Amino acid sequence: MTAIPSLTPALPEIFLAIVGMVLLMVGVFRKQDPIGGVTALSVLAFIVAAVLAMTTNAAETVTFNGLFVVNAFTGFVKVLVLLAAGLAVVLMLPWAKNEGVGRYELPVVMVFAVLGMMMMISANDLIALYVGLELQSLALYVLAAFHRENARATEAGVKYFVLGALASGLLLYGSSLIYGFAGTTSFAGLADALTNAQDNVGVIVGVVFVISGFAFKVSAVPFHMWTPDVYEGSPTPIAAFFSVAPKIAALSLFLRILVGPFDDLLMQWRQVLTVICVASMLWGAVAAIAQTNIKRLMAYSSIGHVGYALIGLVAGTQDGARGMVYYMLIYLLMNVGTFAVILSMRVKDRYVESIDDLSGLSKTNPGIALVLTIMMFSMAGIPPLAGFFGKYFVFVAAINAGLVPLAVIGVLASVIGAFYYLRLIKIMYFDESLDAFERPDMATTLVMSGCAFIVVVFILLPEPLLAGADAAAAALFAG
Amino acid sequence: MNGFVENLPILSIVTFTPLLGVLLLLTIRADDEEIVARNSRWVALWVTLGTFLASLLIWFNFDTGTADFQFVEQQDWFPDYGINYHMGVDGISMLFVILSTFLMPLCILASWDAIKTRVKEYMISFLVLETMMVGMFCALDMVLFYVFFEGVLIPMFLIIGVWGGKRRVYSAFKFFLFTLTGSVLLLVAMLAMYFTAGTTDIPTLMTTSFPFQMQFWLWLGLFASFAVKVPMWPVHTWLPDAHVEAPTAGSVILAGVLLKMGAYGFLRFSMPMLPLASEYFTPLVYGLSVIAVIYTSLVALAQEDMKKLIAYSSVAHMGFVTVGIFAATQQAVQGAIYQMLSHGIVSGALFLCVGVVYDRLHTREIDRYGGLANNMPKYALVFMLMMMASVGLPGTAGFVGEFLVLTGVFQVNTWVALFTATGVILGAAYMLYLYRRVIYGELTKADLKDMADLSRREIVVFAPLCVVVMWMGVYPMSFLDVMDASVANLLANYHGALEANAAAATVADGIRLALGR
Repeated sequence: MTAIPSLTPALPEIFLAIVGMVLLMVGVFRKQDPIGGVTALSVLAFIVAAVLAMTTNAAETVTFNGLFVVNAFTGFVKVLVLLAAGLAVVLMLPWAKNEGVGRYELPVVMVFAVLGMMMMISANDLIALYVGLELQSLALYVLAAFHRENARATEAGVKYFVLGALASGLLLYGSSLIYGFAGTTSFAGLADALTNAQDNVGVIVGVVFVISGFAFKVSAVPFHMWTPDVYEGSPTPIAAFFSVAPKIAALSLFLRILVGPFDDLLMQWRQVLTVICVASMLWGAVAAIAQTNIKRLMAYSSIGHVGYALIGLVAGTQDGARGMVYYMLIYLLMNVGTFAVILSMRVKDRYVESIDDLSGLSKTNPGIALVLTIMMFSMAGIPPLAGFFGKYFVFVAAINAGLVPLAVIGVLASVIGAFYYLRLIKIMYFDESLDAFERPDMATTLVMSGCAFIVVVFILLPEPLLAGADAAAAALFAG
Repeated sequence: MNGFVENLPILSIVTFTPLLGVLLLLTIRADDEEIVARNSRWVALWVTLGTFLASLLIWFNFDTGTADFQFVEQQDWFPDYGINYHMGVDGISMLFVILSTFLMPLCILASWDAIKTRVKEYMISFLVLETMMVGMFCALDMVLFYVFFEGVLIPMFLIIGVWGGKRRVYSAFKFFLFTLTGSVLLLVAMLAMYFTAGTTDIPTLMTTSFPFQMQFWLWLGLFASFAVKVPMWPVHTWLPDAHVEAPTAGSVILAGVLLKMGAYGFLRFSMPMLPLASEYFTPLVYGLSVIAVIYTSLVALAQEDMKKLIAYSSVAHMGFVTVGIFAATQQAVQGAIYQMLSHGIVSGALFLCVGVVYDRLHTREIDRYGGLANNMPKYALVFMLMMMASVGLPGTAGFVGEFLVLTGVFQVNTWVALFTATGVILGAAYMLYLYRRVIYGELTKADLKDMADLSRREIVVFAPLCVVVMWMGVYPMSFLDVMDASVANLLANYHGALEANAAAATVADGIRLALGR
């Protein structure tokens, strides 16, 4: 019998778990639905957890018998996830009030989803990974279908669940194969066991299954089919949450597992990942062109962005990891800002989602139009906005790793992508105006202008924003 | 050099003053749209004038005796990636900075009455554009250069799309996507250079020698971007569309400065960094340029739209520039730079001339005009001067550049010089034809008779342009002196690199021969 494991590395997770349960109790024992209070408390909890995550990652620490690890990388990514979740919760409150679906479970389920993400980010074992992944997935299935009177939301929830369960199955099957051939599930053990496994077909098949499972979670082509439907069907603030937090968590775990235990199989997984990466960039750009619903468009846009982020992973170097972490950070800002704009698309007390509803927005709501324009140019990767630097650093990594064709395909896909981003700008600036949107509430305005501000001034002061990302990438390659 | 200016970060001041103007414009708020518009115009005018005056300080304190970069500023930016904020000008880039700041106030004045909707946003776009243009010519770091180079697209896209003509959406998209496609390939080439040299610092890259195999691909990457910007045949098709649909001032900036970015790129990157590939591809550039000169001149002859005609003439004139650059003799390169400057002034002025009548009659169709000399004598005079300068009449700015290019090219390749020279004749043909149809003849159309001659504001716009055109034609030394040292240095390095390579090749052949036998 071993001694009680050290709990300090897992403090943020333990804290969040307790908060989640306490908030549930608060909700149950209050007569009136306390969504406002619970939301405020959960934002507070996210902030506290972020502070804890930043303070407990000083050195690489492993606990719970090697199942759980913290280092600068996990700390930084957790802060990103918490930031994304916090912003999404802030955006959700006015939506819930306007739509009359204000139930306190909403923020609570999000707390549990975030807990699952943090568990998987810190996972140091295939089993811990799976447990964390399932916790977040189950919470997300519930969130997708939260608007339960709405047929589309229910459909989205079911679709997400069925396909998500399939992906989890793939992941689990892959893990079992790896365990069968390598004899261990711990990341450290796998790193040793796989040193000379380049010819071990069983392990490689297992790795491919694991990659497929992850590709589903990050919605990379060809495992992306659920994304547009789920984004369109689920409530907008939930879609905002989906588009950032789980992706960041899954991408970082993707990164950790591939450059960690599977590092010696680089040449094997790189082929698979290159195909996924190229397909995501191209399909994300091409398929978005025909969309008329802005949430579907954002779904394809996020597929494309995942493709760019994966370039860093394909490179498989520290440069690549750094580029990928930069990309996630910048992507977070752009996406949350854009979804804040989508959430302020309200005409006559009703949320609208068609791209044509943006028509002439620059005349009726110049401020919102400006924010969306900044976001679109940034997503298209036009300097001097932050999105350009996100792309720049992953391309640097690709070229340094000798993957010139990948970089060329990437930049050409970005030109195709620019077309549909420009289309939104065209509709806002060049077309005739329709009904003005209602004035967005304070919180939404703050979130969108804050994101736009950072995206614009990123060029001036990249150092403080990127210092954390540098340390994170370094920690990943320290071992 | 006087110490006061020496200690100022003068390039940053000139680059970012317009952005301060943007902040100022953003504070303008009033319920009455007319008041906002009037204030915006004045703020934009004063800011651009101030920027122009500040930029003159660069010229007055410029040391023409050296080829080094001057007024250099350096600051850490992304130290991990070897990217710095590095600014500086030499004899090649300095005059383009002046050109940009000089044209800007004139553009603001030219838009004074023509732009009636969303004036504040219009002025903001122009000021942002000015920052991007000036910054691009001053940048001494490739990433910084790229940021400015691409950043131009954002304001220009909006200028064409919001304030443009009927087919503005099509033109704006075409402009944006054409340029972006070229630029991203430049980005890849830049990254590859960074990978080899470990820095994106332009002066350092100029002294880095890349192997020929690599130069070959890098050159093509750069060419994709710069050829679209110049624009060279056959990727020039975005230009007539963009010019026709853009508002007058937008056309002025497009023709005056944006087209120079491509040619400037050849001078700053392709020639000094990739000399072997530049020499290897010279026939390609010659071929495309000669086609551009002859073909687009013929196309210009057939145009019914004034702006389109001038747009095609721009492509032809830029053909001279690219021929001159790749001829790589002192005269040709200086002539090319001179031609760029004079074309910047002259074609800008020609677009303004079109703007004058367009503001009055709202059509650019040549057939709708005729006999304007009768009731608009001042206009006819200005138009004639600019038309002559465009044709290359001695005593005007256009002559010096074309003459130097042709002399320079003649020493290197007679046939290319011969074909290029036909462009001068064709240029005279289409410009004179245009002038005759618009200005001469009977004044028969009723609506033309009511058209007023140049207003005082328009005279203020044209006066400096006329003075500069004559000055550049009569006393070119004040401009040629500035670029002398830098061009000489560029060419010395260029030919030095070629000779070194040839020598190395001979030695290698010798060894191979010796070993073989």
